[in-house]
Amino acid sequence: MTPGGDHVPAIRVQGVHKHFGSLHALRGVDLAIEQGEFFALLGPNGAGKTTLISILAGLARADEGRVEILGFDVRHDYRRARRALGVVPQELVFDPFFTVREFLTLQSGYYGLRHNEAWIEELLHHLDLTPKADTNMRNLSGGMKRRALVAQALVHKPPVIVLDEPTSGVDVELRHSLWQFIQRLNREGHTIVLTTHYLEEAQNLCTRVAMLKHGGIVALDATESLLRATQEPSLRLTLVPDRLPPSLAPRLTLQEKGVYTLSLRDYAQTEEVLRVLREAGVRVADMSVERPDLEDVFVQIMSRH
Amino acid sequence: MQGFSTLLYKELLRFWKVGFQTILAPVVTALLYLLIFSHALKGRVQIYPGVSYTAFLVPGLVMMSALQNAFANSSSSLIQSKVMGNVVFLLLPPLSYPEIFLAYTTAAVIRGVIVGLGVFAVTLAFTHLPVREPLWLAAFAVLGCSILGAAGIVAGIWADKFDQLAAFQNFIIVPLTFLSGVFYSIHSLPAFWQALSRFNPFFYVIDGFRYGFFGLSDVSPWTSFGVVFGFFLALSLLTLQLLRSGYKLRF
Ligand SMILES: Nc1ncnc2c1ncn2[C@@H]1O[C@H](COP(=O)(O)OP(=O)(O)O)[C@@H](O)[C@H]1O
Ligand SMILES: [Mg+2]
Repeated sequence: MTPGGDHVPAIRVQGVHKHFGSLHALRGVDLAIEQGEFFALLGPNGAGKTTLISILAGLARADEGRVEILGFDVRHDYRRARRALGVVPQELVFDPFFTVREFLTLQSGYYGLRHNEAWIEELLHHLDLTPKADTNMRNLSGGMKRRALVAQALVHKPPVIVLDEPTSGVDVELRHSLWQFIQRLNREGHTIVLTTHYLEEAQNLCTRVAMLKHGGIVALDATESLLRATQEPSLRLTLVPDRLPPSLAPRLTLQEKGVYTLSLRDYAQTEEVLRVLREAGVRVADMSVERPDLEDVFVQIMSRH
Repeated sequence: MQGFSTLLYKELLRFWKVGFQTILAPVVTALLYLLIFSHALKGRVQIYPGVSYTAFLVPGLVMMSALQNAFANSSSSLIQSKVMGNVVFLLLPPLSYPEIFLAYTTAAVIRGVIVGLGVFAVTLAFTHLPVREPLWLAAFAVLGCSILGAAGIVAGIWADKFDQLAAFQNFIIVPLTFLSGVFYSIHSLPAFWQALSRFNPFFYVIDGFRYGFFGLSDVSPWTSFGVVFGFFLALSLLTLQLLRSGYKLRF
């Protein structure tokens, strides 16, 4: 496994501790994110997500432990580590001296890129920033500033991209186009790591999830496995006549406004429920299968720890 | 190199865009000093034979303006970036510590020299100065501004708020530059203050700079050069070490 090679993890975090005075903000975090993953880092406010990202980016330094980006140590090999990484910071920061295009041109230069105009234009286009390209950063709305921050993270086409709450304070339309663009980058081979408070975003986009609480990882698994392991699917039924056969009563978890919610161990059990109903002469007027969502899983895991 | 030249360009663009404050204002301030002091003291003080007080004053004023603006350039750029939070745009890319140091220092020197030239240009209306040793003159201008540029980096890193930076400027930079012989020759001072002045590196900067104009100075330009260069080297090492350690930048 050589740094920068195909077989090293995109991000490797080993035994990372971080204190802020008496606060133990990260308590021995271990994490490996493979190249090409679409990964979510979830957790309540103050869990330590931003601190962990800051350590990846070299904005903060771990008290203990090792962190590598594509095999490059973020401390000792910081130049190669930083070249491999693009970060969208959580805070809506900007430099009031420059226009969006000037800002992106300067950032390109810091990465050693002299003629980056074509890629900058493409970024501006995909992030719907072209009409604002020559506007001073301080005159942009919050959503526009957020887009400029995303563009900033991508000027050097980094193989590993970390987005810290990129959609907070951003309208639905942009959220949609932003994720489309990020998904395209992921298909092209970029590793994506994101944090978000919109758990349905993480559920739809990310193949793997880590949940952080009080500076420690409390869950780390494929999104699908977390959904399956933590909660069972359920079946919502509207019945005519409005009467549930007694043999189905043990499955009933909720009954409101004439809708019965039955829990299933797996989807195959739908078959059996329908058979019981048919035999009892009850007709199904409406039916939906409810998948457990990441929000349910999140709430459950957080309450356990 | 690309990182360095981009950062340098950014720092130049930053002060150029607000040239009214960063260049014109200090030139006007220096002009006021010249009018007041030369009027008040004309005929009463003669420091070097055959050199009028106004002529004696000009190199000191030029240098003081250059030094204070060199300091202001790097320090205010850094503190603004820290307060606004946009210092992350400097910390995320793979800029090396020497690149950051050199870019900020060079930009400070360029702003200092531009302001110095501006001050010099307006004083031409009042007095005519010889330029006997242009190389010494340039050497002390660049070295002096480099020192203040580096000191500005240190202050900008250390200060968390604008008022801390103002304190650094008012209690360290301004007294040291004022008490370095801008308005007088240290030979006109009591013995104690004369001895104390010799510990002020800016005394050597201004004395050497004045030598560049008149070919006359309180101490040999070689001595001044040695002191100033040594001081610059020491301060550079300190600044690089601060940048490398991440002090107050990478928490
Ligand atoms: N620079 C700092 N100084 C002191 N405490 C900090 C600093 N940064 C973060 N913290 C604290 O560390 C904890 C983790 O914060 P953070 O990483 O921002 O959490 P998250 O991003 O998951 O919301 C919080 O309790 C926060 O107050
Ligand atoms: Mg955060």
